[in-house]
Amino acid sequence: MSPEAQDGDPMPATMTAPPATEGEGHAVNLKIATVDRPVAEATSEPAVDLRGVSVYYGAFRAVKDITFDVRANAITALIGPSGSGKSTLLRAINRMNDLIPGTRMDGEILYHGQNLYAQDVDPVEVRRRIGMVFQKANPFPKSIYDNVAFGPRVNGVKGNLDGLVEQSLRRAALWDEVKDKLKQSGTALSGGQQQRLCIARAIAVEPEIILMDEPASALDPRSTLQIEELMAELRKRYTIIIVTHNMQQAARASDFTVFMNMGEDRAGYIVERNRTIEIFTNPKNQLTEDYVSGRFG
Amino acid sequence: MNVAVPAVGPANLRGSGTDWRGLAFHAILLLSLLFSLLILFTLIGDLVSRGLPTLLERGPTFLTSPTSSQAAKAGVSQGIFGTLLMAVFVAIFAFPIGIMTAIYLEEYAPDNRLTRFINVNIRNLAGVPSVVYGLLGLSIFVIGLAPLTGGRTMVAGGITLAVLVLPIVIITSAEAIRAVPRALREAGYGVGASRWEVTRLLVLPAAAPGILTGTVLSLSRALGETAPLILAGAVLGGFSSGSKSILEQIFGRYTVLPVTVFDWARKPQADFRELTAAAIVVLLAVTLLANAVAIILRSRTERTW
Repeated sequence: MSPEAQDGDPMPATMTAPPATEGEGHAVNLKIATVDRPVAEATSEPAVDLRGVSVYYGAFRAVKDITFDVRANAITALIGPSGSGKSTLLRAINRMNDLIPGTRMDGEILYHGQNLYAQDVDPVEVRRRIGMVFQKANPFPKSIYDNVAFGPRVNGVKGNLDGLVEQSLRRAALWDEVKDKLKQSGTALSGGQQQRLCIARAIAVEPEIILMDEPASALDPRSTLQIEELMAELRKRYTIIIVTHNMQQAARASDFTVFMNMGEDRAGYIVERNRTIEIFTNPKNQLTEDYVSGRFG
Repeated sequence: MNVAVPAVGPANLRGSGTDWRGLAFHAILLLSLLFSLLILFTLIGDLVSRGLPTLLERGPTFLTSPTSSQAAKAGVSQGIFGTLLMAVFVAIFAFPIGIMTAIYLEEYAPDNRLTRFINVNIRNLAGVPSVVYGLLGLSIFVIGLAPLTGGRTMVAGGITLAVLVLPIVIITSAEAIRAVPRALREAGYGVGASRWEVTRLLVLPAAAPGILTGTVLSLSRALGETAPLILAGAVLGGFSSGSKSILEQIFGRYTVLPVTVFDWARKPQADFRELTAAAIVVLLAVTLLANAVAIILRSRTERTW
């Protein structure tokens, strides 16, 4: 097993399509979405560029030598069996791993040409631009309004935040459900609503990239679909990287898929990376084929 | 090897009769509770039945009179004043320093051998007998720092008590802070909050009820302490506060309610027995009052969510 199958090439030119801002019906689409879904032009600068990334917890190497670039205004799914380092890799992108003592990183993660791990980079500034939605909805024990307003406030936005709160809740498809109870606690909402509140909280600081760590794994199917529809909508404005265990979700909701596996040394590596439709219909690697067809993992 | 699980027939829904062991366990739990309550009510009943007549007979003068060698004149005004001032000293010195130490240890300090060593030793300090703190107070605050504290004064006693409860404040606050879920911190960092903002806006509000519970417990502990204050200069027996101002009293001779109780309890005169019971009732009332204030504060912090 070796990570030889990952290709760092840009997408073939024939795959370019009109920008994503055109109206596209976001009716529930259970087919593989990539077929009829335009993505940003291949020539555009990648949103994030990972080069030779390895992450260590103490002496243990959790992921090794990860290299891939993330297309802007597209949804990139990280899939793979448990222990393949998907979450670790995701959390490396906004320096969330810094909060875990004993974590160390090798390699570079480039964001607009700047290495996020350079000496003079402030992780707080990184996280302001690269937001995160977690596996378990974690609203603050504050009102719905204050949950959304928290990010802008700590980032120095002064004055009346009503408009920003409304806009963020609208973009998170939650406004109509909560507009009459903005003063109520965010923790009193249902699971699916809480997760959309967390998405509203993340987009209220206008990040460029949103990292989602299995955002729907604790939700019922209806709430899951809502989140997926929301992602399709958010992709017009933001770049999304999502970790998911749910292969249908990756197939339905993402434009690109990165398939990771755990090596003999228990370190995660990339087996294959490609457009989602290719990964699911025409995988190049036998492991990928076995995984997406449910034969292991 | 097959392990046979007894077949469960559809008709047998009544179970296998009474669960005697379960019932016995239930009964033991209930008896333990009743035993604790019995002791508590016996104590309170005994105190009130002996102290209340004195309290009623003497009325407010018992609360406003200074100590005296004559039972008919003796009161607890100096003890109440001393005890309340001790609470103020603990609140001013032990709470802020203890809570900030806990925040530092939990949120800022790196997790290395030195911090673990410090943590273990704070736990050890909390287990040191209070009389040892009394000796510490005597040698450092009463004698060593006499130019600052004025010797056997309320300042020396108050700081001794603050040092005594400091480890308890640190441990309970640190535990309350540690109990705040990591998900809450990560959510804050995830929208670009700094460590200071996460600590101030998310962690401390979430930990506040637990921190206040710890401070209430340590305050009760401080107000009930007798031995360290006897060593650190509290007056056993009568003394005159005269018409001194509050500041002069703070930098002067003092006593506290538990010391007054101890003093009266060892007097041979029978009259002082009732007086002792009355003083204990007052001590309990003062302690409950201090706790009530803290509990009201705590419920306020919970409601702000």
